[in-house]
Amino acid sequence: MSLLSVRGIVKTFPGVRALDGVDLDVEPGEVHCLLGQNGAGKSTLIKVLSGAHRPDAGELTWQGEPVSLGSPVDALRLGIATMYQELDLVPGLSVADNIFLGHERARFGFTRISQARAEAARLMARLGHPGIRPADEVGRLSAAGQQLVSLARALAHDARLLVMDEPTAALAGEEVDNLFRIVGELTADGVSVVYISHRLEELRRIGHRVTVLKDGRTVGTGLDARTTPTADLVALMAGRKVETVFGPRHDGHADRTTPVLEVGALSRAGEFEDVSFTVHAGEVVGIAGLVGSGRSELLETIFGARKADGGTVAVDGKALSPGNVLAAVKAGIGLAPEERKSQGLLLDLPVAHNVTLASLGRYAKFGFTDRAKELEDAGASLRRLDLRPADPRRIVRTLSGGNQQKAVLARWLVRGCRVLLLDEPTRGVDVGARAELYRLIDELAASGVAIMLVSSEIPEVLGLSDRVLVLREGRVLADRPSAGLTEAGVLDVILEGSAA
Amino acid sequence: MTDTEAPPRKAVATGGRRFAFRADPRLLGLAGVLVVLCLAGQVTRPELFFTESNISTILRLAAAIGVVSVGMTFVIISGGIDLSVGSIVALSSVWLTTLATQSYGPWVMVVCGLAVGLGCGLVNGVLVAYGKVVPFIATLAMYISARGLAERISGRRTQVVADQDFLAFFRGDLLGIPVLIWLFALVFAVGWVVLNRTTFGRRTYAVGGNIEASRLAGINVKRHLALVYGVAGLCCGIAALMVVARTTAGASTNGMFYELDAIAAVVIGGTLLTGGRGSLIGTLIGVLIFTVLSNLFTLNNLDTDIQNIAKGVIIVLAVLLQFRARKARTGP
Repeated sequence: MSLLSVRGIVKTFPGVRALDGVDLDVEPGEVHCLLGQNGAGKSTLIKVLSGAHRPDAGELTWQGEPVSLGSPVDALRLGIATMYQELDLVPGLSVADNIFLGHERARFGFTRISQARAEAARLMARLGHPGIRPADEVGRLSAAGQQLVSLARALAHDARLLVMDEPTAALAGEEVDNLFRIVGELTADGVSVVYISHRLEELRRIGHRVTVLKDGRTVGTGLDARTTPTADLVALMAGRKVETVFGPRHDGHADRTTPVLEVGALSRAGEFEDVSFTVHAGEVVGIAGLVGSGRSELLETIFGARKADGGTVAVDGKALSPGNVLAAVKAGIGLAPEERKSQGLLLDLPVAHNVTLASLGRYAKFGFTDRAKELEDAGASLRRLDLRPADPRRIVRTLSGGNQQKAVLARWLVRGCRVLLLDEPTRGVDVGARAELYRLIDELAASGVAIMLVSSEIPEVLGLSDRVLVLREGRVLADRPSAGLTEAGVLDVILEGSAA
Repeated sequence: MTDTEAPPRKAVATGGRRFAFRADPRLLGLAGVLVVLCLAGQVTRPELFFTESNISTILRLAAAIGVVSVGMTFVIISGGIDLSVGSIVALSSVWLTTLATQSYGPWVMVVCGLAVGLGCGLVNGVLVAYGKVVPFIATLAMYISARGLAERISGRRTQVVADQDFLAFFRGDLLGIPVLIWLFALVFAVGWVVLNRTTFGRRTYAVGGNIEASRLAGINVKRHLALVYGVAGLCCGIAALMVVARTTAGASTNGMFYELDAIAAVVIGGTLLTGGRGSLIGTLIGVLIFTVLSNLFTLNNLDTDIQNIAKGVIIVLAVLLQFRARKARTGP
């Protein structure tokens, strides 16, 4: 008997049919992977399983009994715990408070702080992070630390079914190993896991079976996670065969005679030191390095969002005043930040307003905005980027991750920038939309924009860039044409610190 | 590819500050302001300021607004605001002093005052939580209509308390300390325990800090919010008893501007208007700062106009200082 059986789930939001007949069976003790492009309905399905959304139609069967999940409490009572992708933590509370939020360790309503802290400490130790103390404030932990807390919270429920939405998105290698070890322990105890990830290699490592969603429907289910060929999975997700992600490597559009962005001896205490390089028109320079190597800080300093302690940034030969975003934007620099939801987008405003944000002056006369022109230009840029749906009036929050990223790119496209700084542009973006973003980045370079690209995925850096800088602990260890580099070679520099 | 992302271990586990000491630097600064004000009192009126009767006066004046501020702290930590507290105090004070209510004796007066406060608070809470009315608007409506109802019931007349038992108890002393001050201390202590040591308090912080996370964690967010406004209303009912005892009458003009004084006290006490963070100790110091300030002006026969200017300046300075303190702790 299946632990959980889902039949014909339908969920409609105003204007969107997010789920349109989803079937899923989870057996006891299995890791069931959910695959699907962004917007395929994975997140909505999770929210249905966790009781956060009530489905419009369909049946849920839990251990053979039909159930209806009216609220998160119902799901937790059955034994379904969920670890959300959006880090659903309360920043002002401590680690222990967050872990036991909603099921506090208490007697007669009085919280038992020491018991909660002791249990929290045990959970963090089990996750391999005794360094995260129960009394630490969650808002001060790094993204990875917060993700671990969120995982600890899901574990604290002693659930029969654990739903994990991209649990490794913010985790590094060691932490991923820890996570997988714990998933192994749980499944050995008979706990089932519904696992969502964009990383196919993770499916191969821990998954038992795979269900593929496309456009809110189950298009493949019960597939073997280890043996089903990647091409088949991708074909199911895309509904078509995707050509190799990095087509033939472009020869480069770099115009070596025209330096656009010149960075000289840029330093910021504790973050990076003495970084110098030049990006030419049409050139893509990739930065490879670990989280914490100073990659994002470097981009933000070039953009003026952080003030450099020393060194220069110049665009088209003109030096920028340090720590001045306005000057950077005026000089033609655009930034697509790592945290696009919190740093890049006005989630509750229409796409058009997001797109014209950096060039509002152009759409205003005496302070009044020219809304028709705004919609028209935004619409044009959406069509150029193939952002779907290409409706400039659509609220950004309702778009999938890949399309949200396109909206950020559209902003700088409309402004017409000279330098584009891309920080993890494909994070949380599915395979199909990734290929489109890659094509876009290439096109932008071809049109003469100088591009800097930060990514945790080395093949992405190698595939897109003309030149690669390897950053380690704030220092540039290598600056080479990407043509001669291999993933192993770059990894070697990153991990060993030798510029061999 | 995952092993390309290994950040240094320190990136995961950040600084090891003990949570318990988190609010200290700010509270110390605030306590410093209070000490300076007291010293100013001692210097300008050495013969009067640190006398038993003056301190008792200060605390009795602080009592009503202090109790209201305790409720306000709950509401603001939960991410809301309550503009109606002063009006609820007025309505409660009027309702518990009508001839009809007084005819039933002191116990009914007390229960009536508390019930009216709690009821008004729950109405606010239900509007905010279940009706999805923005707290500012819901409590603004209560602010207007509760005082209107108070005027209607009292006919804008002052309703003198005839019941001697009521007055004797609430105006009396217990172990040499006025009952009003005991009540203030009791409400404050209970409020502190509820906020810091119970699931109710924990969830109040959680709902204010991240309402969606709280909902997904299985907290009944709506019921919780409704109850938080109920707590604020109950505090107003208690404050109404105190005001009636102090002035020996109920009137629709009671509790004027309490909402502003309470919000000011809570805010200078370090509670964030955005919710999720705050402390009752800070609120207590905030209330005392304002009461001592007005006592200083009274003792020195200074104009109340200047007093209000000083109040405004203190609010701004306190908030600016807290901002600095926060920045210094979290780094640039």
